[in-house]
Amino acid sequence: MKKDIILAGVGGQGILSIAAVIGIAAVESGLHLKQAEVHGMSQRGGAVESHLRISDGPVHSDLIPEGECDMILSVEPMEALRHLSFLSTEGWVVTSSNPFKNIPDYPAEEVLIAEIRKVRNHILIDAEQIAAEHGSRKASNMVMLGAASAHLDVLPEKLEGAMRTLFERKGEEVVGMNIAAFRAGREAAVRG
Amino acid sequence: MSKLVLLGDEAIAQGALDAGISGVYAYPGTPSTEITEYIQRSDLVRQGQVRAGWTANEKTALEAALGMSYAGKRTMACMKHVGLNVAADPFMNAAVTGINGGVLVVAADDPSMHSSQNEQDSRFYGKFAGIPVLEPSSQQEAYELTRYGFELSEKFRLPVMIRIPTRLAHSRSAVERSPTREQKPMAMPADPGQFVLLPALARKKYRLLLSVREKLEEESGTSGVNRVEQGNEKKRGVIACGLAYNYYREVAEKHRLAEPVLKISQYPVAPEMIRDFVGMVEEVIVLEEGYPLVEESLRGVLETGYVIRGRMDGTLPRDGELNPAIVAGALDLRREKPAAVPGVVKSRPPALCKGCGHADMFLALNEALAEYGPGRVFSDIGCYTLGALPPFNAINSCVDMGASVTMAKGASDAGLHPSVAVIGDSTFTHSGMTGLLDAVVDGSPVTVIISDNSVTGMTGGQKSHATGRLEEICGGLGVEKEHIRVIIPLRKNHDANVKVLKEELAYEGVSVIISDRECIQTAKKKVRKS
Repeated sequence: MKKDIILAGVGGQGILSIAAVIGIAAVESGLHLKQAEVHGMSQRGGAVESHLRISDGPVHSDLIPEGECDMILSVEPMEALRHLSFLSTEGWVVTSSNPFKNIPDYPAEEVLIAEIRKVRNHILIDAEQIAAEHGSRKASNMVMLGAASAHLDVLPEKLEGAMRTLFERKGEEVVGMNIAAFRAGREAAVRG
Repeated sequence: MSKLVLLGDEAIAQGALDAGISGVYAYPGTPSTEITEYIQRSDLVRQGQVRAGWTANEKTALEAALGMSYAGKRTMACMKHVGLNVAADPFMNAAVTGINGGVLVVAADDPSMHSSQNEQDSRFYGKFAGIPVLEPSSQQEAYELTRYGFELSEKFRLPVMIRIPTRLAHSRSAVERSPTREQKPMAMPADPGQFVLLPALARKKYRLLLSVREKLEEESGTSGVNRVEQGNEKKRGVIACGLAYNYYREVAEKHRLAEPVLKISQYPVAPEMIRDFVGMVEEVIVLEEGYPLVEESLRGVLETGYVIRGRMDGTLPRDGELNPAIVAGALDLRREKPAAVPGVVKSRPPALCKGCGHADMFLALNEALAEYGPGRVFSDIGCYTLGALPPFNAINSCVDMGASVTMAKGASDAGLHPSVAVIGDSTFTHSGMTGLLDAVVDGSPVTVIISDNSVTGMTGGQKSHATGRLEEICGGLGVEKEHIRVIIPLRKNHDANVKVLKEELAYEGVSVIISDRECIQTAKKKVRKS
């Protein structure tokens, strides 16, 4: 088993939390892991990405080779498209449909959505709406993790356990809200 | 021992803690910051057993480390690659004095300049100083080589460099720990003259350093850190340094390559090791993350006919970081053309945060300078460097830490008036203070704006040495009291701030304007905590 995932979004949208949850769950499941992320200047409202690789054998490169990525998991539609050259022909694009507009030339939303629909395997989710229904828009990232979870080869129970580990120090309410968002995202993806 | 999931930076930190360091000294800088932050969070620091404070700059960090070594303890100084330029003086001379307690200098390089002004390769500094360099390829190796680095340092009585690039510094993987070591007791150097580099003594010490060179090569030939991995292929061999080894392994596994590989993670490399390896094959390809250090040492000025491929003959790009695709291309492997990124995707550069004090400062400065025309603002390294981009287009330089003040002075000396420096609070105490003293002593009319957000912001909000001290520092350096002004960069103060700026821009002497507002990210963190 080997899963190469690119996590994408805009600085501050919580992609490193998604990476941390998958990472903890993967290690708990006895898998090998490498996860590369970008810190520093790029975080200031710019495009951010993390390469996450999990496997039952040793992982060599910290970066995913172009054209071999199994999933682009994005919390923003334009950011999902930014990494398309990495996606394998059978790979999945799982993305939120909610645009984050902080640049003057942000493209028309329908054009972005049309481009995403061109990818053979894609899941488009209104993550903010679902997150808001379950307590807070801030949990949009966990909605997206839920939506992707069916294609991750990591058991949902392990992912929920990892969320508990990660959010524990923020209190039971935050844990509960994030888990609810995760489950709602998973359901939404199944419903299609 | 348990497994931990650690960034490359954190693996070095844990390795140093487990090797019994008594202190770490560092100035924040991407991608090195997380080493010191990890140590700061450790129980040993909380219990007061290990020192882990930030320093004013990389030079003071390395000097403090050298002092701790003088007193017999193990210590580490951490910095980004360009920080080593600031620390170059103690770095070069520490190779001549040698060490007492083990010293590691960690240089975190940033090929492809994700968050830097250049992509200099710190291995050249190690070679320049004549000290051993360790270049781990994985998080586990980062942990192990940190521990080995202290032994190496104490065995040869020299500082040792650990070099990691961004992709290892900021990538996480599982790390298995080894048993921890106790800290060393305080012990003065056996030779009281060891650290006295008077010319007569320095010459002796330098000859000693030169005489160790061969032993360092011998060490890297036998330590097991550098190793040959046999393969059936007779035509081409691969020399893979540091992180480049991973990219090769990735590609080799996929394409079932069977080339012999010389994996290098320790310098100086034993010449026999390279000669023996090169003799096994008809040609070699050298994969290095950074400049072609090994490749250059293999290529003679005179043609030998032996085929050496790498960054210097165009087999690999001359600049930028490597990745699996580049390595596959260099090995002549055919790849499917990757899908195109749709043209509709626009670039999303970093920007100042909503509610950032730097933004209000720039808006006021732009208005105050409008009557003089553009091209008068020298700036520096920090979030406020983003003032170069729209919508501000407010600054005209960003060269190195502290250069805003001194470049403004030089331009002012050439006749530019007003000549303005924009520098952050932490950058000012890092390298701006001395330049301000130059301007005061020389009477150069400059307007220095210290955009004070009370933290080292760009690297994540570390404590700034400047906090609460700026007015006194500037006064102490000789700036006249009535020309040290404080403004609060908020929209409601805009007109008043423009007025203050205009007054000081018109003044033909040294003035300092402290633009004082807490970093919005730090302020938010405080709110979340309360």
